[in-house]
Formats: sequence, structure tokens, C-alpha cells
Amino acid sequence: MAVADVTDALTAAPLRSNRRRVVRRILHNPLALTGLAVLAIAVILAVFANWLAPHEPTQTHLDRAFAPPGTAGYLLGTDDLGRDVLSRIMFGLRASLHVGVLAVAFSLVVGVPLGLIAGYFRTVDALISRLTDLVLAFPFLILAVGLAAIRGASLGNAAIAIGIAQIPGMIRIVRSETLRIKSLDFVAAAIVEGASDAWVLGRHIFPNAGSAIIVQATVGIPAAILGEAVLSFLGLGIQPPAPSLGTMLADAQQFASRAPWAAVMPGVAIMLLTLAFNIVGDSLRDALDPKASRR
Amino acid sequence: MKPVLAVKDLSVTFRTEDGPLSAVDRVSFDVGDGEVLAVVGESGCGKSVTAMSIAGLLPRTATVDGSVELDGTELIGADKRTLRSIRGREVAYIFQEPMTSLNPVFTVGHQIIEVLRTHIGLNRQAAHARAIELLKLVGIPSAERRVGDYPHQLSGGMRQRVMIAMAVACDPKVLIADEPTTALDVTIQAGILDVLRGLRERLGTSIVLITHDLGVVADLADRVAVMYAGRVVETADVHDLFAHPEHPYTVGLLRASPAAGRHADAQRLNEIPGLVPVLTEQPDACTFADRCPRALDTCTSSQPQLTDRPHRVACWNPVREPVEV
Repeated sequence: MAVADVTDALTAAPLRSNRRRVVRRILHNPLALTGLAVLAIAVILAVFANWLAPHEPTQTHLDRAFAPPGTAGYLLGTDDLGRDVLSRIMFGLRASLHVGVLAVAFSLVVGVPLGLIAGYFRTVDALISRLTDLVLAFPFLILAVGLAAIRGASLGNAAIAIGIAQIPGMIRIVRSETLRIKSLDFVAAAIVEGASDAWVLGRHIFPNAGSAIIVQATVGIPAAILGEAVLSFLGLGIQPPAPSLGTMLADAQQFASRAPWAAVMPGVAIMLLTLAFNIVGDSLRDALDPKASRR
Repeated sequence: MKPVLAVKDLSVTFRTEDGPLSAVDRVSFDVGDGEVLAVVGESGCGKSVTAMSIAGLLPRTATVDGSVELDGTELIGADKRTLRSIRGREVAYIFQEPMTSLNPVFTVGHQIIEVLRTHIGLNRQAAHARAIELLKLVGIPSAERRVGDYPHQLSGGMRQRVMIAMAVACDPKVLIADEPTTALDVTIQAGILDVLRGLRERLGTSIVLITHDLGVVADLADRVAVMYAGRVVETADVHDLFAHPEHPYTVGLLRASPAAGRHADAQRLNEIPGLVPVLTEQPDACTFADRCPRALDTCTSSQPQLTDRPHRVACWNPVREPVEV
């Protein structure tokens, strides 16, 4: 090995050991691994639903309606129209994950920069904060209905509506973190060093606000999944007969006493998904925190 | 000799809800090449505000007048670009609180390397090697290993050393140390002072040392400026000041600080009665008059100006006789 390679490896060490540390902490945390496994299974089921699902999710078999779980060929039973619950859950996962990730990504892309700007530049703070209050005061459902009226009812538009509703929370979290971090001496030290505003925001404030942002995002995904259920129930989200976990839950209420599994199964799926997101988010935050004790 | 840092008639006024508040009033001092100037005074007398105005750290509610010349370049009123290029390369700042002055999410090495790469343009390898060198310079043991540590893994004294290493990374002309040892215990203090002294000797860095600890002053400073209520009331060579303090406030400060061997007779330290006044305007009187044991009638009717001698004092009735402190 050349001398240059050795020095190169040495200099790259801090960053790489940091990444390795995060991975190691996750791998040594059984709870985090469980959460990751659940998420991985959910993603695989959702992505490969076309091949993995035993039945067509929208195919009705009225003669096989209300088959209980365990019936040959219908592991989780069927609903009132004889559609396979397992297959519908797989496709429903796809819709729910789609909305959850899209909505949170939207709120991150818009909310994080605005929060940083509001917290850092006091001149625009009032403007951004008042706009935040305005969005917060606007009823979420009316926003969603309005958006559906303009752009049509679809899963993507539901995600945007949910994302918009989540932006104020994101802005507030990031803004308050920015205000807190801005007053710390290392930020002043960076300013004395001649760092530009962009540098201070990008290298000092954003990384230190990271854990709060991650937590907010992982709370946001399950909230978005539930929000999608509400919108789809009102016909503003996914269009029937295509399934999402939320619509399955909503539809199954009509015959919950007759076929409780049709409601319980998607409910359990939502619960597991939500739980997994929260666990992974929490352990990711802990793993990213250099101050957390080393194992 | 041309001073490295020349502060002339520096005034800082804060806009507050109760009207303008004068924090620093026409302060002037020079710092020569490799000189250590100590700025001393009680809490609230404008030491830190003076330092922050040099570093450009004051909030927007502050109005700064006067002149701060660094190596011939005027800093007050300079545009952002000029300031940015001067700061970091020419001026460095050490904060009082080592616990929050390093970014907790990056290793200390990473932070020093970043400074070196952005300001001096070193490449990765060179910056890494230089970072270890700097850590050694400030007396951090096994620097090769420490370079990969996060700030929370270091003690307060170690962090302050890292801060100093970062501050001198670009070989600044002036180092502003704002109470660098206040948050540390006495043995660590001595170590930090050693580091600062070493920097001055080896790199020829000029240091503006803000402190209220006269022990630190005696230890490190060449010259002293005593501040009271936003003004410099006495400035002199450090030996001269300790031997012949002329301003009653300086005498009070010296009497109020413990010295080795002086407690044999278990005497109580002498405090200065009263507090530093908060000034919404500079009055036509000596601001120290109502706390001063030597106040005359003139003191309440006219503001004394600094005399024009090497040992400068702003007092109507300076202490000329030898004093017991």
C-alpha cells in the first residue's frame, strides 16, 4: 500500500468511523433490529405485491364472502365481497407507505428550510411564523377537499394535502431548534471565523437539529398513514375498489360483527407499521447522537 | 511601533425598551505585536461588549461608533466581505464556556480540519497532520487519538485547549480571550494560561485578555486597561499598575482580590460598596463618584478624562501616595 493511501485512510477515518458507529449501534439494538425487520417486510410486501399477493386485490367472489381466516387459499379470510384480505393488505401497504413517505418528504422539503430561515433570520421570522399559524388555523379537511376539487381526488393529492398539514409542525420544531442552537458559543465561534450564514446553517445548525427532525419525521409518517385513511374514507384519497389500509378499516366497520377479521387485520397492519416507524426513528435518533453512551 | 490592534473612541449603545443604553463609552487602547493586554473590571462594566464589538459579534440592537483598526484595516463599518476575510484569519476568539463552544456532532479533529481547509486551503492530509500538530501545541496528550474524539468525550479544560487550537489554527494576529479560565478550576487555569503564554512566545500572537481575575492578569499580561461603567479609567504597564495603582477603583479591585500570604492575619477582603451603574446616558460626573472614598466636589460635576502619560488615569483625585493592598 502506498504511503498516500495510508494517510488517506487515516484522514477519512473520523467520518467513516462515525457512520460505522451508527450502523453498529443499530445492529446491537434488538428493538431497532425488530423495527427494521418489520419495515423491511412491509416494504417488500408492498413493492412486490404484484407477485406475492395470492389473489387479485379487487377481484370479487361473492360466493366466498366472509370466509374466516385460515380458509384454504385465504390465509387472512375474505371481506364482504369475497376479496382476499391478505392480498388487499399487501396492496394497501403500498398505498399507505406511498402516502406516508410522500407526505413527510413534502413537509421536510418545505418545512426544514423555512424553519431554519425563520429561526436564523429574525427579519423574516414574523412573516413565516404568521403564515405557519395561518396554515395551522385552516381546517385540514377543507384544505384536502379544496385540493381535491382543484387537482382531482387521488392518492398523490391526498399526500400533498397531508404534507401541507404537517408543514407547520415541522417549521415550528426546526425553528425552535434553530433558535436554541444559534445561541450556543460554537455558532458564535463560527461567525468569528468568518463563516457565512449558509455555512452556519448547513454545517452547525442543521446537523444539530437532525435528531429533532428525525423524530418529527418518524412521527409524521404514521400520522400521514392515518390521515390517508380519513381522506380515503371520505372519498378524497385512493379511489375504490383499489385498497389502502385506511379504506379497508373503514369499509370493514359496516360488517365488523359479522367478519371482525376484515377490520382487525388491516388494523394490526397499521399498528405494526406505525410502531415500527416509531421504534426505528427513536433508535436512529439515539444512534446518531454522539453523546449517547457507547455500548 | 505600529500597533496590531488600534481601538479608538469605541462606543457601543444598545437600543432597549427604556431607551438607548450606553455599554461602552469612547474606549481607546492599542495592542502591539505579541503584546498581551488585559482588560479588567467588574461584571457589567463593558469588557465583553468591547471584545464582541472587535469580533463583530454584537446583536443588531447595538450601535457601534468609533474605530477599530486591525493591522491598518478599519473594521467598524466595513462591508461583510472584508469582515469575513479578516475574521478567522486575523482575529480569533476564545469563549468563556468551553462546554458549548464546540459543535457536539462533529469530532474535534473534524472541526479543526474544517477551519484549516476553508481558511488556509490545506488538503485533507495536510490539514489532518496540522490538526494533530495544533492539538500537541496546546498540550493535549495522545493528540493522534484525541483528534477523533467528540467534544463530550473531553473534559472542560481539554475542550478549552481544543478551542485555543482552533483559534490559532490560522495563525491569527490577535486572539481575544473572553474570560478563558473562568469556567475552569484553578489547576486547569494554570495550564491554559501556560498555553496562552506559549502561543505568544512561539507564534507572536497578540492577546486581548478579558478577565476579572487579577491573578490571571499578573500572570500573563504586559499591559492592563481597567474598565468601569463602559469607560477605561486607568491603563498602565502591568507592574506599574500593581505597584502604583492610581484610580481609586483600581485600588478597590486590588484590595478586593485575595493574594498569597495575605490571609495570615485572617483579614476580611475589602469589597467596593455598591454596584456598577447602568447608564442610559453618560452623566457630567465621574461614574465612580458615588462609590468612591476619595470623591471631591468636582467628581460629581465634571467627568474626568484620561491623562496623557504612559500611566493614564481618569480621575480628579488620583492616588499618588503608596497604597497598601
